[in-house]
Amino acid sequence: MAEPMHEVALTVNGVPRGAAVPARRLLSDFLRHDLGLTGTHVGCEHGVCGACTVLLDGEPVRSCLLFAVTVDGAEVTTVEGCRSADGGLGPVQQAFQDCHGLQCGFCTPGFITTVTAYLRENPDPDQEQARDAIGGNLCRCTGYQNIVASVLRAAQLQRGGAG
Amino acid sequence: MKPPPFVYHRPASVVAALATLAEAGEDGKVLAGGQSLVPLLNMRLTQPGHLVDINRIRELSYVDAGSDAVRVGALTRHAELARHPGVPALLREATGCVAHPAIRNRGTTVGSIVHADPAAELPAVLALLRGSVTLASAAARPGRARPDQEIVRRSVAAADFFLGPLTSAVRPDELAVEAVFPRPAPRSGTAWLELSRRKGDFALCGTGVLVTLDEDRRVTGATGAYTGVGPVPVLVELTEAVAGRPVDAVDWDRAGTLAAGAVAPEDDIHATAAYRRQLVRVLSARAGAAAARMAVADG
Repeated sequence: MAEPMHEVALTVNGVPRGAAVPARRLLSDFLRHDLGLTGTHVGCEHGVCGACTVLLDGEPVRSCLLFAVTVDGAEVTTVEGCRSADGGLGPVQQAFQDCHGLQCGFCTPGFITTVTAYLRENPDPDQEQARDAIGGNLCRCTGYQNIVASVLRAAQLQRGGAG
Repeated sequence: MKPPPFVYHRPASVVAALATLAEAGEDGKVLAGGQSLVPLLNMRLTQPGHLVDINRIRELSYVDAGSDAVRVGALTRHAELARHPGVPALLREATGCVAHPAIRNRGTTVGSIVHADPAAELPAVLALLRGSVTLASAAARPGRARPDQEIVRRSVAAADFFLGPLTSAVRPDELAVEAVFPRPAPRSGTAWLELSRRKGDFALCGTGVLVTLDEDRRVTGATGAYTGVGPVPVLVELTEAVAGRPVDAVDWDRAGTLAAGAVAPEDDIHATAAYRRQLVRVLSARAGAAAARMAVADG
């Protein structure tokens, strides 16, 4: 028996998007498979690694722990939406490049979204706070030193300092 | 992995949710924040036939910070509770220790309590404050009375609510609609401390202590609540180790020793029983002293 389908409409990175999906479709898979937005990465699929983190109505959440149908009507920002207005790298992305905050890049989308939301509320973190901010995201390549430096660099870029 | 198929229900009211839960029986499960349930579904450790999504029942999203108690609705997220200005320190501190911001933005306070993980913070806080959970179910003959008479409510004290690991007193046809956290008495202080390998992990042991003083700043009561050292939140009465002394003269190590002797942790992959017992000893002493300082400041 075919599973019943549900119409799900979201605003993703400012663009209205929709698809008909089974109720069990995770938001992470909805973004990747149904909308073709493969920037959001799927790691552990039980909420531990943080790779799939997106912003739901502006707040970071694990997209692998949400059903698309549950958040019907919401606004979602993925890593694709973290670019700058002119289409180039956004300040957080630029900072990760500047500081070698990524190596294989698998975990990076989750870091970018998490840090984007964090800096909005905490525009001037110190090193300890920056470390705390990324505590829910795992990286297996770089270690965390360069990522912490990236958070601090992103804050600097957003405050307008070229430094 | 991906979750198994289920029939999805998105009721717009508590009455509708209860009717669906009654019909689904043992095959039904409530979806609130989903931060415990969805991992279990993704790993296929549970396969309910029906999911009842309460995320559209906005009336269940509230924090009622009254003078006697703080009442938290079933849809209130951890982050919302922690931000609320009227929430007592213990609840705020413990909520801040729940996982990471991305989890706290979605997970609910009541959901964490109903999930009844013995390593989780909120069940222990509810137990320490002698709180309760309000459970609603559909009346036997719905449709014949006014809507408010179609719902049967019962209140279950924390002491009777947690039955075992991941097992609470909620029946399959019931929805936990509210958690009630009584405010501590005047001249009371609280503290929450925990130790985890990495911040945001489930703690190896979490410790909440509630201390009450008399008008002469002598300790009249002290209670500890612990996560990670038993099948349910463990309460230990610490009063005999510290009562009657002026608050400045209390040796909180005595409370730690009493607590360490009272708990019965087990070895597991994360820590030995002896290490967990040592955490109970140390965290009780530290949290007791911190709670006493707060009680002094309270009056």
